[in-house]
Amino acid sequence: MKKTITLAQGNGGAENHALIKEVFWRHFGNEILDRGEDAAILETLQRPAFTTDSFTVTPLFFPGGDIGKLSVCGTCNDLAMMGGKPRYLSLSVVIEEGLEMRSLEKIVRSVKKELALNGAIIVSGDTKVVPKGSVDGLFITTSGIGERQCEGIGINEIRQGDAIVVSRDIGRHGAAIFAAREGMELQSALKSDCASLWPHVASLLDAGIMPHALRDATRGGLAAVLNEWADANNLCIEIEEEEIPVSDEVRGICELLGFEPAFLANEGTFVMALDPADVPLVLEILEAFPGGEMAMRIGEVKGDYPGKVVLNSPWGTRRFLDWPTGELLPRIC
Amino acid sequence: MRLELKNLYDDFRDPDTIKALAKLIYNEAKGLQKPVNIMEVCGGHTHTIMKYGLKQLLPESIRFIHGPGCPVCIMPKERIDHATILARQPDVILVTLGDMIKVPGSRGSLQQARSEGADVRFVYSPLDALKIAKENPDKTVIFFAIGFETTTPMTAALIDRAEKLGVKNLLYHINHVTVPEVMRELIDSRDEHIDSYNNRIDAFIGPSHVSVIAGAKIYKEFPKRYGRPVVVSGFEPVDVMEGVWMLVRQFVQNRCALEIQYRRSVTMEGNLTAQKQIEKIFEKRGLFKWRGLGNIPHSALKLREAYAHLDAERVYADILPVEEIEDHKLCICGDILRGMAEPTECQVFGTACTPSKPLGSCMVSSEGACAAYYKYGDLLK
Repeated sequence: MKKTITLAQGNGGAENHALIKEVFWRHFGNEILDRGEDAAILETLQRPAFTTDSFTVTPLFFPGGDIGKLSVCGTCNDLAMMGGKPRYLSLSVVIEEGLEMRSLEKIVRSVKKELALNGAIIVSGDTKVVPKGSVDGLFITTSGIGERQCEGIGINEIRQGDAIVVSRDIGRHGAAIFAAREGMELQSALKSDCASLWPHVASLLDAGIMPHALRDATRGGLAAVLNEWADANNLCIEIEEEEIPVSDEVRGICELLGFEPAFLANEGTFVMALDPADVPLVLEILEAFPGGEMAMRIGEVKGDYPGKVVLNSPWGTRRFLDWPTGELLPRIC
Repeated sequence: MRLELKNLYDDFRDPDTIKALAKLIYNEAKGLQKPVNIMEVCGGHTHTIMKYGLKQLLPESIRFIHGPGCPVCIMPKERIDHATILARQPDVILVTLGDMIKVPGSRGSLQQARSEGADVRFVYSPLDALKIAKENPDKTVIFFAIGFETTTPMTAALIDRAEKLGVKNLLYHINHVTVPEVMRELIDSRDEHIDSYNNRIDAFIGPSHVSVIAGAKIYKEFPKRYGRPVVVSGFEPVDVMEGVWMLVRQFVQNRCALEIQYRRSVTMEGNLTAQKQIEKIFEKRGLFKWRGLGNIPHSALKLREAYAHLDAERVYADILPVEEIEDHKLCICGDILRGMAEPTECQVFGTACTPSKPLGSCMVSSEGACAAYYKYGDLLK
């Protein structure tokens, strides 16, 4: 096979078939996919959950992950956040002509590795090749079906008095991508938090913890999740600024560019609303996962300013933590 | 010890220090004869005051007035129109800094122009424009230069470097403005509005980054000629609180002086090398229109004659309109920039005018007073 992807490999003919067979099927092969039918026939699931997401990231490979890992984590995490064990995924790729075959292989291997962590398989897929300049390297769309292991997790279950917990330090993915994209020469060990969250959720459920709501804080970061929750329930979420875990590296990048960590994306960090009595055990369980020693109770659900998120400073002042708006742009001066 | 960024700001956000300063200000303010209105000239200070909730720590006798020091807020529609027209020219790449791409002119914003196919790029440092010019030799790269004394040296360095390297495809649209002239304008023009807003500027907090370059000396005239004390302060909460304390002390002690709070980087003289570089490349403009404030004499810079061939305003003179454009009737950004109205006094604040759909420039820039009020909410007491 050629060293770079050519338009001919998306022609639906022999070259296309060879690409699918030698790259995708070779790594993802399983009983359902191997049948090569137009649609995958799946076993009946008790409480199915279904989700889909598209992934575009520059650069394709970043510290802590790549677009392949991201595309599995993103979809599986959406299922996990509803208490769903990831089972079946579809994977659709749009490849820019000229992408190195080595890069594609690396991405596919990364997908395979992350699938294993979730106990999920690829059962359906699609490959398109488009002329140079049409997409930025490679776009991936994954859809996923999971099986809910419990009832009662959802945005409407959040109630006054709930504790708010984050699973680790925030803003790593956004900061790592910014640093990598802008070629900032940072001498730091900053890596994206990109990770699968089903193992975390499974451990919580196994221990008998029943969170009221879970949400992975992806684009829009912690601020977007909290505002969504406050808005949906017309409740006030009150957060202690001092308690929000942020690494020194992320804080440094935020200082340089004028960002706030709460607005930066995460790809392996989630927020929980739960019974305050469960917090100590939850923090103990999360400690076993990478970054989990930074998990923190950051606030609680109140009624003071309905629909708003209030941030309390360590020096006794209060302000709103608003929705992120517009493009993230560095400040001028 | 390895010097890390964290070490540079941790102490300046220390809760105990902030609380202690608040107590000092409270005690000192008891000696005030009347309330003091302090204008923070710079949007960066407005941002700090709102983000860290500093207003909530001060007695009622101390009031902040938000000033005109945000390069995005004060950019008139005419100049933004220039940018969008230039960006839409064939084979042109328009390069600018951050927030500028969101500000609406009368023909939309640079963001809109970009969505319609114009090549608009934002950079972190003006020197990145040089890289873009080198990578695109068949295109004309126009650097839309904005900012106060703080960013001017970087534009000067870019022009100097490009000239030395013989780069031929890089032009400049210069919109650099200067702080003292607009402060003077605010005091001089105050009287005609004072009845309607019952407002006055008693003192100024000067931005430290401007004085790192231009020195604190640029404010000498304000205590001397205008009887307004000035304290040049940093942007961390401890800096602003200490700056306020220094000003309150001046009033209580019946003094009126220019003082430097940000002694760690600001001197009276400033950065003489940067000043020389600016002097070499730029000269004062006769007039420059500020959004909401109108034409202010000698308040901006332009390229010297020796660099006129690099001036996009001259090269594209045929297609750049010169007529003045009125601001939106309901928008009171002008009064807000003059310190005569608070954002919440505007009837479209938070309704027809929000950060995602701004009518006025104070809502566009993240450093604008309206955006700060909207974002952080001045409702929490």
